[in-house]
Amino acid sequence: MTEAMTPVTGGPVAPGTRAPDFTMHSTPDQTVSLRDLRGRPVILAFYPADWSPVCGDQMALYNEILPEFQRFGAELLGISVDGVWCHLAFAQNRRLHFPLLADFEPKGAVARRYGVYREGDGTSERALFVLDADGIVRWSYVSPIGVNPGADGILRALEALATPRGRG
Amino acid sequence: MSRQRDAAVLALPVGERDHAHGPANAPVTLVEYGDFECPHCRRAYPIVKEVQNRLGPRLRFVFRNFPLTELHPHAQHAAEVAEAAGAQGRFWDMHDRLFERQFALADDNLIEYATDLGLDAARVARELATHTYKAKVRDDFMSGVRSGVNGTPTFFINGERHDQAWDVEPLAVAVEDAARHS
Repeated sequence: MTEAMTPVTGGPVAPGTRAPDFTMHSTPDQTVSLRDLRGRPVILAFYPADWSPVCGDQMALYNEILPEFQRFGAELLGISVDGVWCHLAFAQNRRLHFPLLADFEPKGAVARRYGVYREGDGTSERALFVLDADGIVRWSYVSPIGVNPGADGILRALEALATPRGRG
Repeated sequence: MSRQRDAAVLALPVGERDHAHGPANAPVTLVEYGDFECPHCRRAYPIVKEVQNRLGPRLRFVFRNFPLTELHPHAQHAAEVAEAAGAQGRFWDMHDRLFERQFALADDNLIEYATDLGLDAARVARELATHTYKAKVRDDFMSGVRSGVNGTPTFFINGERHDQAWDVEPLAVAVEDAARHS
């Protein structure tokens, strides 16, 4: 991570801004770099932690809706401060079909750069970013504490990208 | 900056396509997006019944399918069988039976319940095999996605997502509030 640090204060990275690049582990021996995903929309879903004690939690919900995201050619990345082994077990348990990235070392560094780290809690917010094919943030949303945001906002943002006006 | 928004609202209004229990002109409509194999929905099932008992004819209850098929291997077929029962006018009987027998939702069980309920079980089996109601279940699911359903169960009270707890008291209080303000 060589780019200049985005200020931590001032809330989430604003629409119209280039999304800070990152490289994070998706499995113990694989990494995902944001810059490699240019050319298609990307959904970044920051969430506090694996193993929320409910079924139909945020990641499981997005897993069900994945075909709808894929209709837009969009790539979905889940991001939390959990480590790769934790992510691996969680993804297997929930049968997730998209990568979970470990914002683990330095802890929460990517969440900080996106302005969605919660200092006291040591986790990220539940925050969503939709990036266009050029890596520009087009929509973001930070959910109230304890409220899983669902997927309607993401789908509306992807629809806006898919129309010429939304690209402007 | 990030766009905060108001509480999620029901994108697809309650209408003819829905299974509704209670009068159409009731002051409160409670919509549940649920999954017959979800343990939390199972827990919500008697709670909703209690709220229905308290509100009586002031409440209309609507159930829409939101099967989490990756987590719950039987949820999709259970939803389709509930719809098949609905086509024979018995949606709610099957809804109740599925929650009460949540531990046994294999296809054979589903057909057995159709028989128990006195339905044309051969027709239910045929409609399950040919996925007659797959599109209906999918429409329910997508209407939930569009409405901000964020897990199961998710409730909407007069069109607004209920983000609070749904034990008997908080749900009954929220529904009573809506009844008073309608």
